[in-house]
Amino acid sequence: MENMIKQASVPPSVKKEVSSQAPRSWDRVQSSVSAFFVEMAQIFRFTVKFFKELVRRPYEFGETIRQCYIIGYRTLPLVGITGFIMGLVLTIQSRPTLKEFGAESWLPAMVAISIIREIGPVITAIICAGKIGSSIGAELASMKVTEQIDAMRVSARKPFKYLAVTRIIATTLMIPILVIFSDIISLMGSFIACNLQGEVSFTLFFYHVFEKVNFIDLIPAFIKTIFFGFAIGLISTYKGFNAEKGTEGVGRSANSSVVTASLLVFIIDMIAVQITSLFY
Amino acid sequence: MTHAAPLKAKPINPTANTENALEVEHLQIAFGPLQVLKDINLKLKKGENLVVLGRSGSGKSVLIKCLVGLNEPDEGKITLQGKDVSTLKDQDLELARQKIGFLFQGSALYDSMTIRENLEFPLMGKIKLKEQEINALVEEALGNVGLLDAIDKMPSELSGGMRKRIGLARTLISKPEIMFYDEPTTGLDSITSREISHLILEMQKKYNTSSIIITHDLECARITGNRVLILKDGIIAAEGTYEEIKNSKEEWISTYFQE
Ligand SMILES: Nc1ncnc2c1ncn2[C@@H]1O[C@H](COP(=O)(O)OP(=O)(O)OP(=O)(O)O)[C@@H](O)[C@H]1O
Ligand SMILES: [Mg+2]
Repeated sequence: MENMIKQASVPPSVKKEVSSQAPRSWDRVQSSVSAFFVEMAQIFRFTVKFFKELVRRPYEFGETIRQCYIIGYRTLPLVGITGFIMGLVLTIQSRPTLKEFGAESWLPAMVAISIIREIGPVITAIICAGKIGSSIGAELASMKVTEQIDAMRVSARKPFKYLAVTRIIATTLMIPILVIFSDIISLMGSFIACNLQGEVSFTLFFYHVFEKVNFIDLIPAFIKTIFFGFAIGLISTYKGFNAEKGTEGVGRSANSSVVTASLLVFIIDMIAVQITSLFY
Repeated sequence: MTHAAPLKAKPINPTANTENALEVEHLQIAFGPLQVLKDINLKLKKGENLVVLGRSGSGKSVLIKCLVGLNEPDEGKITLQGKDVSTLKDQDLELARQKIGFLFQGSALYDSMTIRENLEFPLMGKIKLKEQEINALVEEALGNVGLLDAIDKMPSELSGGMRKRIGLARTLISKPEIMFYDEPTTGLDSITSREISHLILEMQKKYNTSSIIITHDLECARITGNRVLILKDGIIAAEGTYEEIKNSKEEWISTYFQE
């Protein structure tokens, strides 16, 4: 034990270095800031390339449909289960507070509004960023490091078109649909939770819901999910295409696509809230 | 720069040598401080098989990746069928790519596709073919490498040597005018190696393909090569027919041929 403590105390040579550490860490800050801006520029270029290739022939219809199937269908169970639990839990948790104010009849409407406007889109998008983002990031990264993307390039089929454009289209189309699905299942969960304590008929529940939920709640929520989908697809394909060599690069790509895409979902959500609040 | 052995190539067909399939002048590339290629000059004649020998890490793979545009050279001029590659627009570059084939050292099969889909993939990008024609081409290509029964398997179910042969079939299926083979026989048994070497020769005879073949396998070099280059220290250090190179008096060259 004593030995370890002795070793842990800072030897004089290290102490000297500490004083010269300030400029060095400043260097590190500078280089990571510049790396950040370089990456932003690259993502911007990637986005521009996406729109260019989107309108250029040939269109990869078959592959786009296949990706929609993979991305949409395979995420359905996960999104369904989490949606159900979300609705159920939210309802059970909100009941006591509302009861205190004697506003229990507001329960369905309040839960529905929070699910449709905010919780449904964001939670579903975060789950998709985790599941879809990591799988696209890892798949493309492993294709990159095993030279499969290079092989496509020399066989005169554009990998960007075949791999990136199709996946970005698929996430942009599928994530809004997944969110709608999740919202519906959430409301079912909420209905069941309402029924656990005191009887509410199906029609009464949805009467309460639609009394308070306006069209104006649905539209902005739907529009932002399109941006969520686009962001998830874009970031994960970008990270996959720019993977570093080696298997280590694959893991890092998968990881950073999830982290960046999740962060971007929150940022887009914040911007969307600011914009919609202008209109109310 | 010491161009060691002043060995001259024997032209394969002196009458038809008006145009080179590929010309490279003063090609240079560095990765950070590592200057991999210093000054590469080479000409690939039409219908010729050019073998490139070199030790591991000498930059052979980097060289042919530069030639097909997968690596961006720092300096140098590459002329593909009379056209300077750097001046080509995207569209023309795509067209040029349709005429070349590239066998990757690591096969680079598409993991998520079956063998059949792997072979169909390069065909889809080209002229519209009927389904029957595609099927026939796929079966012919697989037959050539002796792996017809692997057609519905996934790449992960195959051995390394089988993957290599599928990679070869996928490259040859579109009958490219210029072929780049990165170690076509590495990791194969000697019988299969010989078969692959003969397949390369057959491509040359049937379709007048021009090829650059990178290899460590001396037998493959002997069978397939009209001309042999040795890549050393970032330059083409020796050039000649297989026999000329093999019988060279230079000591460093003979180390390549020691059993
Ligand atoms: N993308 C890259 N980034 C950095 N260095 C690289 C890169 N590609 C190749 N190199 C370096 O270039 C050198 C030549 O590599 P190359 O793959 O061409 O060797 P090779 O001659 O094909 O060897 P082998 O016979 O083992 O395949 C190596 O030292 C390698 O480390
Ligand atoms: Mg190599």
